[in-house]
Parts: sequence; C-alpha cells; structure tokens
Amino acid sequence: MSGHSTYQPQNAFMKWLEARLPIAGLVHSSFIAYPTPRNLNYWWTFGGILSFMLAAQIVTGIVLVMHYTPHETMAFNSVEHIMRDVNYGWLLRYLHSNGASMFFIAVYIHMFRGMYYGSYKAPREVLWILGVIIYLLMMATGFLGYTLPWGQMSFWGATVITNFFSAIPLVGETITTWLWGGYAVGNPTLQRFFSLHYLLPFVIAGVVVLHVWALHVVGQNNPAGIEPKGDKDTVPFTPYATIKDGFAMVCFILFFAYFVFYIPNYLGHADNYIPANPAVTPAHIVPEWYYLPFYAILRAIPNKLLGVIALFASIGILVFLPWLDSSKVRSARYRPLFRQFFWIFVAVCLGLGYLGAKPAEGGYVIASQILTFYYFAHFLIILPLLSRFEKTKPLPNSISESVLKQGVPIGASAPAPTRH
Amino acid sequence: MASTAASAAHTRRDFLYVATGSVAAVGAAFTAWPLIYQMNPDASTIAAGAPVEVDLTPVAEGQVIKVFWRGKPIFVNHRTPKEIKEAEDVNLASLPDPQPDSARVKKGHANFQVLIGICTHLGCIPIAHSGPYNGYFCPCHGSVYDTSGRIRSGPAPSNLALPPYEFISDTRIRIG
Repeated sequence: MSGHSTYQPQNAFMKWLEARLPIAGLVHSSFIAYPTPRNLNYWWTFGGILSFMLAAQIVTGIVLVMHYTPHETMAFNSVEHIMRDVNYGWLLRYLHSNGASMFFIAVYIHMFRGMYYGSYKAPREVLWILGVIIYLLMMATGFLGYTLPWGQMSFWGATVITNFFSAIPLVGETITTWLWGGYAVGNPTLQRFFSLHYLLPFVIAGVVVLHVWALHVVGQNNPAGIEPKGDKDTVPFTPYATIKDGFAMVCFILFFAYFVFYIPNYLGHADNYIPANPAVTPAHIVPEWYYLPFYAILRAIPNKLLGVIALFASIGILVFLPWLDSSKVRSARYRPLFRQFFWIFVAVCLGLGYLGAKPAEGGYVIASQILTFYYFAHFLIILPLLSRFEKTKPLPNSISESVLKQGVPIGASAPAPTRH
Repeated sequence: MASTAASAAHTRRDFLYVATGSVAAVGAAFTAWPLIYQMNPDASTIAAGAPVEVDLTPVAEGQVIKVFWRGKPIFVNHRTPKEIKEAEDVNLASLPDPQPDSARVKKGHANFQVLIGICTHLGCIPIAHSGPYNGYFCPCHGSVYDTSGRIRSGPAPSNLALPPYEFISDTRIRIG
C-alpha cells in the first residue's frame, strides 16, 4: 500500500537519532501516516480497545502483586487485605477482575468482526492465526489469574481444569502430578500459577507485536472486503483512525467503569468469597462467563477423553478457518447466505454460553449436544459448502465507490444535496 | 568460498557440523531437564504423603468419614448389610467398569469400604449417600456411583479409585 507521506526528521537531534535508530520513522509510518481504508466502521476500533485493555491489566496487575501473597494459607486473606486495607485496593482489584471480563468482551467482538468481514482470508491467514494464539494465551492467563484469590471457585476451577490432562491415556496421572507439584492442587500449584500468570501477559504483548506487524504488512481488511486501490481509498491513521479509536475507547471505558463502580461482583461468583476447602466441592461449579461455551461443549460429550478433545478442538478449529472457508468474497455484505449462517453461528455460541451455566442434566445436556454438533458443522460442513455453492453479490469496483455510491473521488465536487 | 562440485557431496566438514549440532542439542536437553523436573512433588510434599493410620472404632454403621492422605480426601464408609448386599448383587455385565464388590474391599472386612473420594471425571469430591444408587453422586458433572463406588452413569470413565491400605487390627487401618 502506498503511504500518504514519509517521515522527514525536523530537527538536528531527530536526524541524528533517525540515522542510528529509525524508531520515530517506524512510529510515524505505523501510527501516523499509515493508510487505513476510508470505510472502516466502529467494529474496527476493538483492536485499539484490546491494546488498551492489555496495558490496563498489566498495570493494575503489577500494582496488585505489591500487596498479594501467593501462599495457600495467606492468598485469600491477602486479597481481602487488598480490598479493605490497601489504599484504593478495592478499586485496583475490581479494575483487574472486571478488566479480564472486558478484555474478553472486546476480543469476542473483535473475533466475530473478523469472521463477518472475512478478515482471516488471504493474505491475512497468519494475522488471524496469531490472533488465535493470543486468544489461547488470554484464556490460559485468565484461568491462572482466577486461581490466585484461592477461594472455593479458584480451587475447584483449578482442580477441574488441570484434570483435563488426566484424560490423556497412560501418562495422564504423571502429567497432573507434575502440573500440581503434589498429589492434589495445593500450595506448589498456587505458586507456579502465580509465576505463570505474571509471565503470560508479557508473552501476549510479544505476540501482539507480531499481530500488529503482520497487520501492517498486509494492511487492514475493511467492510467492503476489497483491497484499497490507491490514495482515494485510504485515509491516514492520524487523525482519522486515532480519533475514531479514541472515541470508541472512551465509550468502552464508560461501560467498563459502570461494572467496576456499580456492579463489581456481577460477573463473579459468590462461592469465591469462601476460602478454598479441599474437603468440599461447591454444589454448582461454573467457570467464568467467557469460558462457558467451551464448558458446555465439554459437558455435552458423555466421555471424558472425547469431551476434553472436543473442548480443545472447538478452539483449535479456528486456526483452520482460512482454509475451511475458501470463498473468494471476503465480506458478508456480498455473501447473502453466509451472512445468515454467521448470525446463526453467533446465536449458537451464545446458546452454548447459556447452557454452560446451567446444570448438566436432562434437556440442557441434549440442547448442548445439538448446539455442539452445529458449532462443528458450521466450520466443517456449512462453510466449505457455502464457499462452493453460494451465489455472491457483485463487488464494488473500489472502496471509494462503495462509500460514495457513484465513485466520486475525494476533492471532486459532490452532487448538490437535494431537498425533499 | 571455494565452492566446487566436490562441496555438493558429504564431506568430513559436514559430519563435524552435524556432530557439533547434535552435542549442543543433547546438552540443551540435559540443561532443560532440571527446569522441567523441578515441577514434580518436592521432598517435603513427598514426606507429607507418608502413610496415615485411621481408628475405625468411632465410625458408626451407615456413617462415612473423610480423612486426608496426600491431600486427597479418603472416604471410609462403614456400610450397612443392606448396602453390602446391594453392592454384591449387581449384574457385573451391566457395569461400565466391571469389578465385583469383593475386589473393592479387604477380605473379611466387607463392612468397611475405603475409597479415594475424587471423581474420576475431573476431580470433584462426590457426595456420599446420594444419587439413584444411594452411593456417591458428583455434583460437578453428574457422575453416579453405587455403594461400592463403581461408576454407574455420567461422564466419569472408571470406578472411584482405591488407595493402598491395610488392616493393622480389626479396628485400625493404615492408608498409604
């Protein structure tokens, strides 16, 4: 893609630095002059929101660690100490715990946007796969973090999730013992989970750098799903995208703040305010909301090993999405059938989320089985068939044509507005 | 580099490159091993996992007590004659994980059943004296066990495990 301008250092120091480390030029070409498609809508602002959420989680997390104690006898009390004694501790902890949920809300919107507009298609496959890796790392980080308060849900959530590995034939028990550092979830488990929970966000940050790098190589997709053909199809990142991203971010922060200040425990579980008790399992174990669809898939299958395989496959299948959907048309705007199946798929994911929160009995199990089947059918049957047989709508000739209808280039006089 | 047709064939230098690389790979693997193995149970955890003795005198008929061994809950179930009979009269062919009740208790001590109280599905603790067989019921994902701790329905793949234990007298057991 052609740029709108190239960076020219203005003063002597910047010229001196640029000749030695062209970092200002990199920032300029990536975040100022970088050409973005002119038709991006607000669904494209979630990348910026996600970057903000990652930074917010790292900052609040680093501060919380200054007051938290990762030990089985002290962890629960140290979290209460943060809530009651530490200056603004309640705020920092609620920001961090609700921040995890906000991070997942944003990532789910970001992922569904990518699916709707076909952002995973060539040449953006690697960009998409890096995103799936980030999502997996987010899930691991969220799980590890939820263990740290060492309440009942922390303890039993850790027990159930680590027991996934006991489903592996022959070496399952060896692996779980190795993961726990004991014969059950206990203090060694808590300490290593804390270490990894601190590490993984920085790994995520590293993969985010690769994700953004890949994005800047292939350029952004856009609602029309066609490549920009020249300067008239793009606008510079600054001010257009920075202001739009900034506005969306402020709206998102308002939403975030509503949770933090008015309903800070709405997304949590009361059981986690009971200290971990290895002798009693809570009557109703439920993971955090963002894992519920996958939990429903796990429970839908009445066989331990196959259930665990289905759980991991439901996430792993996303990696193959660019090849399962081989339609040359990216955007759902020009794929009338795909568009309908997309919304059915969204409804199925929400339905699985609902079922994951329900007890595993009777009609709920049957409904989970039907939706689990549909979830996999969407990827393995519907998408490959659609890409072969769907009759797509004609694509616009250019992005500016799709925006301006008659394809009036920027600067040309627009038709005079008519009064009705 | 003086590259000629001879350099296409395998030379002594190629062998040295491969050998050097192999030694480095083996060295890296040996260096990684302590970093991986440190996650296994440490000496204090293993020491704390020593056998425990349980006095059975206070366990009344029909009562289930829970003791801990190696951080795992151990159920000691003083079964009633009715429960024992139910466990023995089951048609083994109907069980997902067939095992006679006699193989799950110590000879002459069928009234005491000692089990690891961890659901074989994903590790929750089942509730005693509940479920359709009045055995054990796991609230997490709905696995049902009978009075012998054998899986009858639900996602759990196998019967509740038995800890290693022995009767050191008629009223005392050592677990571990």
